[in-house]
Amino acid sequence: MSLAPETYDELREIAARYPQARSGLLPMLHLVQSVEGRVTPEGIEACAEVLGLTPAEVSGVATFYTMYKRNPVGTHHVGVCTNTLCAVMGGDAIFARLREHLGVGNDETTPESADGLSITLEHVECNAACDYAPVMMVNWEFFDNQTPESAVQVVDDLRAGREVTASRGARITSWREAERVLAGFEDGLVDEGPAAGEASLVGLAIAGENGWAAPPSDPAPAGESATVPADGKLEAAKEADTRRAEAETVAEASQEEGSDD
Amino acid sequence: MTDTLTPVLTANWAADRAWTLDAYTAQGGYQALQKALTLLPDDIVTMVKDAGLRGRGGAGFPTGMKWGFLPPPDSNPNPRYLVVNADESEPGTCKDIPLMMASPHTLVEGVIISSYAIRAERAFIYVRGEVLHVVRRLRAAVREAYAAGHLGQDIHGSGYSLELVVHAGAGAYICGEETALLDSLEGRRGQPRLRPPFPAVAGLYASPTVINNAESIASVPSIVKNGADWFAGMGTEKSAGFGIFSLSGHVKRPGQYEAPLGITLRTLLELAGGVRDGHELKFWTPGGSSTPLFTAEHLDVPLDFEGVAAAGSMLGTRALQIFDDSVCVVRAVLRWTEFYKHESCGKCTPCREGTYWLVQVLERLEKGQGSEADLDLLLDQCDNILGRAFCALGDGATSPITSSIAYFRAEYLAHLEHGGCPFDPAASTAWSES
Repeated sequence: MSLAPETYDELREIAARYPQARSGLLPMLHLVQSVEGRVTPEGIEACAEVLGLTPAEVSGVATFYTMYKRNPVGTHHVGVCTNTLCAVMGGDAIFARLREHLGVGNDETTPESADGLSITLEHVECNAACDYAPVMMVNWEFFDNQTPESAVQVVDDLRAGREVTASRGARITSWREAERVLAGFEDGLVDEGPAAGEASLVGLAIAGENGWAAPPSDPAPAGESATVPADGKLEAAKEADTRRAEAETVAEASQEEGSDD
Repeated sequence: MTDTLTPVLTANWAADRAWTLDAYTAQGGYQALQKALTLLPDDIVTMVKDAGLRGRGGAGFPTGMKWGFLPPPDSNPNPRYLVVNADESEPGTCKDIPLMMASPHTLVEGVIISSYAIRAERAFIYVRGEVLHVVRRLRAAVREAYAAGHLGQDIHGSGYSLELVVHAGAGAYICGEETALLDSLEGRRGQPRLRPPFPAVAGLYASPTVINNAESIASVPSIVKNGADWFAGMGTEKSAGFGIFSLSGHVKRPGQYEAPLGITLRTLLELAGGVRDGHELKFWTPGGSSTPLFTAEHLDVPLDFEGVAAAGSMLGTRALQIFDDSVCVVRAVLRWTEFYKHESCGKCTPCREGTYWLVQVLERLEKGQGSEADLDLLLDQCDNILGRAFCALGDGATSPITSSIAYFRAEYLAHLEHGGCPFDPAASTAWSES
């Protein structure tokens, strides 16, 4: 079945955010998942139609990224980090326990519970919360410092429809609603949860205890020297300096072509 | 003498509702923007150059110099773009995510000032998709900034206009590589481009583009507000300023420590209460899994670009993953290698095929099968990958392997003697009593 006209409108709305419409494809695919529960052939057709691409071109993009799912995802998506640090800190044990407890393998979905709720379990790569290892994600919300027991409790609560709140984030809604936020539509939950967790604040707290801080500002207003007209000599020296620096940097840059800064 | 820790970017994270415009403004937020708009764009570029800010995303390229590579507007009429790399995915790296969750306005203010400096009228924040609440906070911050007149047409009557879009990725480590990120932002598979041309000349939509890490851009308001000398007065001669150091793993107080570049792991470990009781430091990464491992021998290496490079690794993203003596280095390295295999985009053969074969050989070794000759085979495979692909992903895959064989050859051999892994994985968990 093709997508609803309202969805087409929202797909066009996403594409219109960008100078070139195709840039909207990733968020558009997030929107497709939010309405379809996965990337469906109909969703691919819709994106292709809106962007003037072939379905094969859209498919080629959709299959590249791990967040796009070709099989139906459950009510909730549970990701356990099993990259090295989380794995050794207990992520492997958590993932093994959840697999056993839910009776599913990686990237598989449980049958619906009595409340019609299901869970898709996946092991995920580093999710940038290593100071809270081992970490679990529910619909891409942080569940910090997990144990096998706490993780089992979370999935049981989710399957029973009880309210579950992320460690650093909002009340859990559903995977589809999360995908809608990723597509660029706000859900009003931004003010839930803390600004930062305990580990994020540890250095700040130690600095406070010791009275440590960054030095005070420069005494002279910054930028002033740059706006003072320089005499010819200074100007020439500066230019030579820049030229040299740029030449050096080009050499450096060609060595550092893999830079990700 | 600069203090041991120098919270600047992290300074407001404990404030009540720190993510809101009200809280940020109450802490002096957007004052740097007001000041920047009274300066000439080139003066801000000069200021960032003079400050000595180097890219905080891993490679450490001088930020102001990167800006200076943009072709003069009269030689290239295409619009200019600023793209923020907030795709933080390098294993161990966890600094940009808490920054954007706690104080997204710091980044937004940095984006506006930096865009003004490079004369871009459109900017993008490319944030990885797997961090829902961070995406919420960024979007809300951008919405608030528009409403306050910090973004949009004729910002504060300056005549300068800027549109900013928060763009969520979809799960691909490779998109942290700057040219793969640009392809991804253009709605394509995220695969690195061959350079030259560099993004400064032909980046997003083949237009002049500056792409900087989120922490680099977030540092710009503090430089504008406090001065280049202030920034350069911290850190070391060639690695100026402060940075967020992320301690994780077997330390008593893991977390974010913002300090001048050049601090040592010994100092950071003291602040963090040391490794777990009854255990000793075994190995650590100075800047994520793509940077060669260090051991307890390297506790006093200054954590700046030069110091870490001189000791045989890279400062990277200051992602200090700490592993104590309960951890099997072969298990750790195998897991990272599986990650690189999974994340290789497939464009270049040495990386795509090489990471596949690295996993095969490492799996064999970890199970205690294979032979000592497999270590040489691994090193040979690494040699066939290093420097032979468009981007650094494959290079990164070789780092943990070559460094672990250099420091822990005996442990690889112990797997062969033992007929498998001699370590108990339960002993390394966060809840282990042993």
